[in-house]
Amino acid sequence: MAMLDINGLSKSFGGLRAINGLDMNVEEGEIVSVIGPNGAGKTTFFNLVTGMDNPDEGRVLFEDQDLVGLRPNQILGLGLARTFQNVRLFPAMTVLENVMVGQHARTKSGLLSAIFNTPRHRREEAEIEAKAKEVLAFFGSRLVGYRFDQLSMMLSYANRRRLEIARAMATDPRLLLLDEPTAGMNPRETLELTELIGRLRSERGYTIVLIEHDMQVVRNVSDRVVVLDHGVKLTEGSYEEVSTNQDVIEAYLGRPAELSS
Amino acid sequence: MADVEAPAVEVEAKELIAPPALDMRRAVRLGLANSAVMPLLAATGIVGTFQGRLIIDPFLPLGLLFLYMVAWAFGWLAAKPPMTLEGFAPAVAGPRNLMAGALAGVIGGAGTAVLLVLMTTLNLRAIFLELSPQLADTLSFGLPVPAAVPLILAVAATAGLAGAGVHFLPVRWRRAIMPGLMWVLIFALFTDIVGQFFAGIGLDSITSLLFTGRGGPLTIVGAVIVFVAFSALYWYRGGRETTLRQRFDGLPAEKRTRWTIGLAVAIIVILWLIPRVMGPFVSQVLDNAGIFLLMALGLNIVLGYAGLLDLGYVAFFAVGAYTAAILTSPLSPAFSPELSLLAALPFVMIAAAVAGIIVATPVIRMRGDYLAIVTLGFGEIARILLNSEWLAPYFGGAQGITNIPDLQIGPLTFRSPQDYFIPIFLFVVIAAYITLAVQKSRWGRAWMAMREDESVAEAMGVNIVTAKLSAFVVGAILASFGGALFGSQIGSVFPHSFDIVVSITVLVIIIVGGMGSVPGVVVGALALIALPNLLREFSEYQFLFYGVLLIAMMLVRPEGFIPSRRRAQELHTEELAQDAWLEIYGEAGPGEQVAEGRA
Repeated sequence: MAMLDINGLSKSFGGLRAINGLDMNVEEGEIVSVIGPNGAGKTTFFNLVTGMDNPDEGRVLFEDQDLVGLRPNQILGLGLARTFQNVRLFPAMTVLENVMVGQHARTKSGLLSAIFNTPRHRREEAEIEAKAKEVLAFFGSRLVGYRFDQLSMMLSYANRRRLEIARAMATDPRLLLLDEPTAGMNPRETLELTELIGRLRSERGYTIVLIEHDMQVVRNVSDRVVVLDHGVKLTEGSYEEVSTNQDVIEAYLGRPAELSS
Repeated sequence: MADVEAPAVEVEAKELIAPPALDMRRAVRLGLANSAVMPLLAATGIVGTFQGRLIIDPFLPLGLLFLYMVAWAFGWLAAKPPMTLEGFAPAVAGPRNLMAGALAGVIGGAGTAVLLVLMTTLNLRAIFLELSPQLADTLSFGLPVPAAVPLILAVAATAGLAGAGVHFLPVRWRRAIMPGLMWVLIFALFTDIVGQFFAGIGLDSITSLLFTGRGGPLTIVGAVIVFVAFSALYWYRGGRETTLRQRFDGLPAEKRTRWTIGLAVAIIVILWLIPRVMGPFVSQVLDNAGIFLLMALGLNIVLGYAGLLDLGYVAFFAVGAYTAAILTSPLSPAFSPELSLLAALPFVMIAAAVAGIIVATPVIRMRGDYLAIVTLGFGEIARILLNSEWLAPYFGGAQGITNIPDLQIGPLTFRSPQDYFIPIFLFVVIAAYITLAVQKSRWGRAWMAMREDESVAEAMGVNIVTAKLSAFVVGAILASFGGALFGSQIGSVFPHSFDIVVSITVLVIIIVGGMGSVPGVVVGALALIALPNLLREFSEYQFLFYGVLLIAMMLVRPEGFIPSRRRAQELHTEELAQDAWLEIYGEAGPGEQVAEGRA
């Protein structure tokens, strides 16, 4: 049984069919890349899976539980966390607070216990902080020490991307959805992140689905590649299979002139 | 780099020798602004209203002082040397600065003179009620108009010149003289309160030394004494290299704890003494400020933390006041259990929580402007329902509910404004504590995350429904405490006490004070509620003052008087962020990929 099982997923915006009858599955422990030209429906696909948007038709099963109709926070509670294509942190909160928010769904303490500062509340706060620091330490020295108390808006672009991943990690996910994690990074940072995605699986045991444009990254990390175009799955397979597929090349580069007439 | 530097040196030299002509144009522009503000001050009646008050005994009436203080301020602004930029030597004040100050002043004086001429030749009074013959008399210094015009120009120019002169003082002198003058003004403005203070601590002799009598204007000797005393104090303080704060931070930990405890005890003792020393009037003003402060702390949670703009916040205040009134007053129309206020408080909390949920439920899926408009509607609905004939059998309609008993705790009865100061203060402390405790908790973070980006907060596991409901409930409970104390202190509640102006005032308090910052909200409540009430002539212009203050704050200090650390950074980080960006990408160059990533 696949960890994530998607059946006949469809979503239109007005007349535009952003996702059209998509079937897809992800096995536990896999790293799957979703690629496709701009406007292929990749981010819509993430939004539908995480409940930020509701599908018109279809099912999304995560470990046999249907996600359709659940609120994003409930879906997160089941173990699905994501990052965003256009980095969406909480800008006026500190680095540490951003990550601590990730623990919200995993903790229980209420307002009254905070007001009366109960021992349980203190213990839970300490645990949340320890967890957040542990997650940030995953990125080496980049997000630790004095960075803890810096506002996230003060971070460099690459660090914001890393912080977003850290925040998702703090939610204790089983499946991590990364939306263009290397967008806007320079080659050195891209390389570093590629290695980091591998570590997310080997050290943390996450199953990962990522949207990616950088083919180097796709080749280096993916077990399997799914190609979307106009909301339809063109093909799937290993990087080598996909990258030589005629349909894929056409989707990206267009049909050769003599054939299109 | 080398060729860039050479012209920079040239520019610097030019700047130093002759300030650019632009400076004077700025002075003229400021002068024109001045020539609008000064007549406006007269036309709104501020000059006339304050003319009756003398600052220093035989001369200096407050109205004219205010008028020419504007000229002084514009003179100061016009002569202010430009900010010293990197690579430039600091600008030195010279005759040109004096000219700019005088110019800004004299143009303002011209505006005032024009107003004087117009109001004495034409009948403007049909439109501007305040342009009375007495005002003309005041503006012309009692002289005939042809003689008064040059005098006005001269006085305004002198005021502007004096404003410019401030820039010639060495920093330490400036930091001693300016506060000295400010304290003279404070003593003169609040003469009865200062008198009450000295009477309260048993030093009536000081009052008779400084003032012509209790509540009278300062004498010349008194003004000099106040000025010298305070200037000396600031002079002494200015001589220290470190601030008190820095010295405190430098102390070893155990000494710091001892100082903190000592300070806390001192504050409590002082606060305990305030109502006794300051008398009923000041206590009443402070009680009022305390009740607004309670509401502001509540709204600070709803708006400052959770980012929910609630414009009908007064509804919760009304719920608290009416619940307490119904449960305690023997004259409650329908249901009168005649509980004590203390016994009624749990019910007040429950009623407020229910009201919070009622308001929050329909707005759960709303954001920003829509939320503001819906809550505005709720605020009005609450007032209209309380005022309605339909519900009059329960709430008393326009007659309200009277005979609310005094607060009683055990054998203690709280009756006078002085008595009420203590419970109000206690509730404020509790509210401030709750605010700070919650800020550092799981729900505080959830609220802030929701404020920053609601959809992302939800995607990161925050239950938006619970978060919104809880923010509204906590905010409602704090406001309802304010309402219960308000009703009990006044002894009655009427629907007209709960109109939209209260919501707006509370909002202005937290905007001016500093959103999300407890000390900021305290300062905001004192500055916006206590100050205008202490200065009786002023209360007529309270809302004018709010408007001017709001605009000025948004232009100069959008984060508020005492902002929370994060908000200060948020609103002034553009350059820092830019630097950080360059630091990371400066050498490699961000390149196309970055541009794409940012888009």
